[in-house]
Amino acid sequence: MDRIDRRGFLQCMAWTGSALVWTSAAGVLTSRMAGSAEAADTAAGGFSFVQISDTHIGFKGQANSDSTVTLKQVIDRVNALQPAPAFVLHTGDQTHGQKPGAFDTVAEMLKGVKTERIFYVPGEHDVFLDGGTEYLSRYGKGTVGGHGWQSFDYKGTHFVGLINVLKYKGEGMGALGQDQIEWLEKDLAPLSASTPVVVFAHVPLWSVYPKWGWVTEDAERALGYLKRFGSVTVLNGHIHQVLTKVEGSVRFHTAMSTAFPQPAPGSAPAPGPMKISETEARRMIGVTEASFVRGTEPLAIVDSTLG
Amino acid sequence: MRREVAMLIGLALAAATAGHALAARSAAVGIREFKFAPAALSIHPGTTVTWTNRDEETHTITSTTGAFASAGLGNDETFTQTFTKPGIYEYFCALHPQMRARVIVK
Repeated sequence: MDRIDRRGFLQCMAWTGSALVWTSAAGVLTSRMAGSAEAADTAAGGFSFVQISDTHIGFKGQANSDSTVTLKQVIDRVNALQPAPAFVLHTGDQTHGQKPGAFDTVAEMLKGVKTERIFYVPGEHDVFLDGGTEYLSRYGKGTVGGHGWQSFDYKGTHFVGLINVLKYKGEGMGALGQDQIEWLEKDLAPLSASTPVVVFAHVPLWSVYPKWGWVTEDAERALGYLKRFGSVTVLNGHIHQVLTKVEGSVRFHTAMSTAFPQPAPGSAPAPGPMKISETEARRMIGVTEASFVRGTEPLAIVDSTLG
Repeated sequence: MRREVAMLIGLALAAATAGHALAARSAAVGIREFKFAPAALSIHPGTTVTWTNRDEETHTITSTTGAFASAGLGNDETFTQTFTKPGIYEYFCALHPQMRARVIVK
């Protein structure tokens, strides 16, 4: 605990029935992040990865006059990590309203990330104009049936990328749809309950604030198949702020945007980009790093801001 | 006196006609804080409706039947659509489907 306190972590939770201790933090922790990554590398089977979310290339507003500038800062931050993250997850809204050329800009910028591979799931901003045609032509290859959802294993941890923005409907809620949920059930079936599982998707898979559409309407069914696992982490974006929740053995975590913050649930008349100064906004945007350390060390999720 | 009255009536008629013509030809809907205003707009056939997005967030004007659809509108961007046939046209924002409104043409 001393080590965790010294590192300035804001929360620390131990799971009953699990050897893993999860930590979550906010604030500027660059040097400490590097430290945790180092620890991850030295422990057997340990590794770290990064979550980038809601890059919203094409956005221009009071809180950010150029979202490529802040994405570049985030990329520099990621490239400074020692050792480099095993891979990066981009949890959607690469573009702001599918502006022409935005996908190209993101792809070009992310080529500069020093990592083995980047995995993607789309946000509603990436698919609403054309039902996902452009997104899937770029990122559908190698996914299940070209639908964009996928799973992979890395050093004993099972990762699942889900899409909950292509059946975006009803009262503004995200949805996974029948086909994807059936695939998930089959995908998880052969795994032992002791396999750590990480699920990533754009819209939160827990009911953050339905009034603002911050919910996935059929997430309960998907989560039902995850309940038997001793360690599940759900990583989402969409809401442009860090929120965490623990339900049984499932830990939910939402990431900051790299472009602009949104208000806390219910704290404003509507969601959307906060109208604050760029200086203030940089204290509310950033990147997430997760370090898996098997054995004696804790698994840490560290959120760091740009400002 | 008679001439003045006649002139006033004439002016009033001209004003009324002009007003009607304007009302019949164009109408505006604002988008602010994730709401269309007015949420129900009544117009006559032949009216052109202009939507203006006052939010920094992108919004769309998307018909529930596919009758019309805008691209993503950024801040202060507009979309126009002329309605020729009477009917009730429901629409929503494709990015925020909880945003719903209608145009009533009669």
